Amino acid sequence: MSKARISPLRSGFVHLALAGYTVVALFPVVLTIFNSFKDKNAIFRTPLALPTAETFSLIGYTTVLKQGDFIGYFQNSLIVTVVSIFFALLFGAMAAFALSEYRFRGNTLMGLYLAIGIMIPIRLGTVAILQGMVAAGLVNTLTALILVYTAQGLPLAIFILSEFMRTVSDDLKNAGRIDGLSEYAIFFRLVLPLVRPAMATVAVFTMIPIWNDLWFPLILAPGEATKTVTLGSQVFIGQFVTNWNAVLAALSLAIFPVLILYVIFSRQLIRGITAGAVK
Amino acid sequence: MGSLNLKSIRKAFGNHEVLKGIDLEVKDGEFVIFVGPSGCGKSTLLRVIAGLEDASSGSVQIDGQEVINTPPAKRGIAMVFQSYALYPHLTVKDNMGLGLKQMGAPKAEVDAKVAKASGMLSLEPYLARRPAELSGGQRQRVAIGRAIVREPKLFLFDEPLSNLDAALRVNTRLEIARLHRSLKATMIYVTHDQVEAMTLADKIVVLNAGQIEQVGSPMELYNKPANTFVAGFIGSPQMNFIEAGKLGDSKAKTVGIRPEHITLSRESGDWKGKVIHVEHLGADTILYLETEVTGLLTVRLFGEHRYAVDDVVYSTPDRASMHRFGADDRVIV
Repeated sequence: MSKARISPLRSGFVHLALAGYTVVALFPVVLTIFNSFKDKNAIFRTPLALPTAETFSLIGYTTVLKQGDFIGYFQNSLIVTVVSIFFALLFGAMAAFALSEYRFRGNTLMGLYLAIGIMIPIRLGTVAILQGMVAAGLVNTLTALILVYTAQGLPLAIFILSEFMRTVSDDLKNAGRIDGLSEYAIFFRLVLPLVRPAMATVAVFTMIPIWNDLWFPLILAPGEATKTVTLGSQVFIGQFVTNWNAVLAALSLAIFPVLILYVIFSRQLIRGITAGAVK
Repeated sequence: MGSLNLKSIRKAFGNHEVLKGIDLEVKDGEFVIFVGPSGCGKSTLLRVIAGLEDASSGSVQIDGQEVINTPPAKRGIAMVFQSYALYPHLTVKDNMGLGLKQMGAPKAEVDAKVAKASGMLSLEPYLARRPAELSGGQRQRVAIGRAIVREPKLFLFDEPLSNLDAALRVNTRLEIARLHRSLKATMIYVTHDQVEAMTLADKIVVLNAGQIEQVGSPMELYNKPANTFVAGFIGSPQMNFIEAGKLGDSKAKTVGIRPEHITLSRESGDWKGKVIHVEHLGADTILYLETEVTGLLTVRLFGEHRYAVDDVVYSTPDRASMHRFGADDRVIV
């Protein structure tokens, strides 16, 4: 009996391409982590080599942990990222629900207006934002960062979620209305669980730029108590001398929280997709 | 309990008028079916009754009470949707009980009503399952059960059988008919399938382009269609329409004759013609003729008949069953 199968040559090429991409994507990350465990000379002399018994050094990590309040920086970054994602998702989903569910004058226009932020970077408004924060007395607070990042995440969240919410069956929402569910109950109990995969996608897309951002922490919250990880690592980069061990160690440490968040969301993503497929 | 009164209901989406003044009275315990081609406004009308869609003008009275400003949950209605619309994250039991729970009914009462409804629909083995673990027919039964549990004044069905396969459709149809008899509740049912309408309804409302064409019992519509639209819509295969002039009738514009009211003979008859297609259905034989007088003519014979394509036959209409329509497409009595 003949069996339909992919020729080994073809699948070999596919795997070669995938492996090649993986190497390219992971190379800088792996290099950063390896070099963070080497002493300074080894970093420059043999940047591509693995740390050996002679070159192994934890000097970077000890510097990072000694100098400045790195645990505090991590905490700040996590708080800002998680709270911003939460608000961006909550308000984004609510706006998306209104846009997709209710017929009102100016609906399309409102949708376009809310999506403009995808095309115009929020950084263009930095001066005005800074003035606003100064006036509101929010400079050097995490609240300032959370507000800005929530605003930054909203356009994409609204854009993606409103498309997804249009696919949720009208009959289902109407059944809820007849059963006496309020519009809020319909939103939270019927619609949100059904668009969970889209929420996870939006969360991932929102999270990474926030975690990696240097611009707004530098401008709005440069104080010691509100420094984020990206800003905190900048102390090791000087105009004349850069402490590469410490920079690499800080960067390696900064990868992990975001990796963990990503794993959580992407699992949701996959679970959402398969749950939809078997229904 | 359970009468419905509609007065000059109008509904427009932008400039497009979907309902053009609907007046209708439904008595307590009646099974009323809205039937019509797609886009005729029957689903919109049902949504207006349910309160899911606001009427542009007009009044909706349930049990003599104006409900036009009452939210759907407070109108005392229950609705069964074409796509079942079960809550995917709740079990069958919770799906059925949610409405009562929202109204604040005590748990024991909810449980008792759910148990009763699931008994009626033989859903007991599935109470703990989620909708995703049920077949299409079971899901639709759960949706019907959810409506029963609420003990509404008015049941609304929005094409509930369209998503089921043919065999299941007949079974579920039977179940709905039995349910109507045992609950004695008022039911309003929307469908585009005239067989469903004929078999279930006490009263059929034929809608076309946002207006009521005729209201009547199934046999009234079949025997005394008020106009060409109703005549053509009710009955399958469709009624034959013949230009009255061809038959020497100068007063009427069109003459209608149902395929089952024509007899065939190989020897003699009124209209000579040739068989162009034959459909053998076992119980019926449907013939399509091209006759010299009338043009294309559909004839339905009961039982099996051995006619072949290109056979020459004579067809004779039953004069008493002919319908005559005037220039305005209305029937001439």
